[in-house]
Amino acid sequence: MLKEDCASELKVHLAKSLPLPSSVNRPRIDLIVFVINLHSKYSLQNTEESLRHVDASFFLGKVCFLATGAGRESHCSIHRHTVVKLAHTYQSPLLYCDLEVEAFRATMAQRLVRMLQVCAGHVPGVSALNLLSLLRSSEGPSLEDM
Amino acid sequence: MYRNGVQGRYKQTMDSYDASESTPRQSTSSRPEDYFIGATFLQKRLESVRKQTSFVPTPPRRKIPHCSLLQEDVDLQKVAFLLHKQWTLYSLTPLYKFSYSNLKEYSRLLNAFIVAEKQKGLAVEVGEDFNIKVIFSTLLGIKGTQRDPEAFLVQILSKSQLPSENRESKVLWTGWFCCIFGDSLLETVSEDFTCLPLFLANGTESNTAIIGTWFQKTFDCYFSPLAINAFNLSWMAAMWTACKMDHYVATTEFLWSVPCSPQSLDISYAIHPEDAKALWDSVHKTPGEVTQEEVDLFMDCLYSHFHRHFKIHLSATRLVRVSTSVASAHTDGKIKILCHKYLIGVLAYLTELAIFQIE
Repeated sequence: MLKEDCASELKVHLAKSLPLPSSVNRPRIDLIVFVINLHSKYSLQNTEESLRHVDASFFLGKVCFLATGAGRESHCSIHRHTVVKLAHTYQSPLLYCDLEVEAFRATMAQRLVRMLQVCAGHVPGVSALNLLSLLRSSEGPSLEDM
Repeated sequence: MYRNGVQGRYKQTMDSYDASESTPRQSTSSRPEDYFIGATFLQKRLESVRKQTSFVPTPPRRKIPHCSLLQEDVDLQKVAFLLHKQWTLYSLTPLYKFSYSNLKEYSRLLNAFIVAEKQKGLAVEVGEDFNIKVIFSTLLGIKGTQRDPEAFLVQILSKSQLPSENRESKVLWTGWFCCIFGDSLLETVSEDFTCLPLFLANGTESNTAIIGTWFQKTFDCYFSPLAINAFNLSWMAAMWTACKMDHYVATTEFLWSVPCSPQSLDISYAIHPEDAKALWDSVHKTPGEVTQEEVDLFMDCLYSHFHRHFKIHLSATRLVRVSTSVASAHTDGKIKILCHKYLIGVLAYLTELAIFQIE
């Protein structure tokens, strides 16, 4: 993501789990991306644990889920349905990307930077909440089943 | 204004999904005389594909495999050879114009093909026995419902060279095709096709490849290896542990592969089968059914127990092999069935996975 060209300063903070230590002074967080590895149940459990520490105001468009590893079906130990349900519960978009593939990574980085710009308020006329409702309306009717 | 436009479009697509969901059931029963063959079957196929993409393929609940074979007078001797053997799994698309009455003809053709292939290939292998015999036979009773096509078996036997009376034929290769509860696939294909989506093979890879080629050329079908992912392996572990057994012939064992460099590490975890059953019983709520939550809870109990003792998070590793007294399965698509009572149940789950892979 840092390789992408962006008008303002872009900072990425990586963390294995939340909560982040409160002793450090850090700039405002505009977007939280939870990366879930479909090959590992531990990754899902970790994410679920971390979600509890996120302030409710973030869920108005500043949180998104990124599921990786869907390409290698034989290695998956989490069903797609589980992450879809998780994203639905938290009313946040779910993106799929095989982070191991260079091309997909680059595309996803572009997409995330664009989302980040919206969430940070740098795109006039579109707010994080607008973006959220636009993304939600493109999800299929399978949500009705849950 | 823009947002309203997007939502309006979404509602329309939703209505068409609802409509497509309700028609397949109706079309099969109310229009039997409707013989616009192309349109009907293509329509059904499209509907099933649409169903698959928008709805979750794995049901959250599944029945515990029941123990009975369909026909009660099935000779257990005949199916006994299917047990205690390691089978490699493949999924197979429907066979075009396959007929059960032509089995002798197929035996002859396949025999000729195999001999031709072997002679064609490599250098002269002294001692290579070309006196082989191919036998096609039906396997009675290996089906879930009456609608399922009959399972059939292909065997390659080596004919002994000696002209003496007692010829001992050694079985070189065995493969069988079956379909257990394959309704979702049977609905979508026309009369000319025979659906036997699950193929199990035991024998050398080269023989499997030759026979696969012959089937693909003759019946316009396609084989692909059936891998079993960790998610499905944990379902199998739960379902097989849930099976009632009179006595246990093997310990319940799990094998995980830890992805690390340079070599991957394997972790093996063995439990006494009665303890596993006791754990399952404490987790299990609804009789006769297995739910996703129960499977997850069962596995989580094992993971947390392991973590408490060894401080290793098994949930971050990949489940590679599950072994119980009912059957054992490996992620590469290998299965060994140990218990004849649950043979149909095990095959039913595998058929489901095969159908999912085809679609």
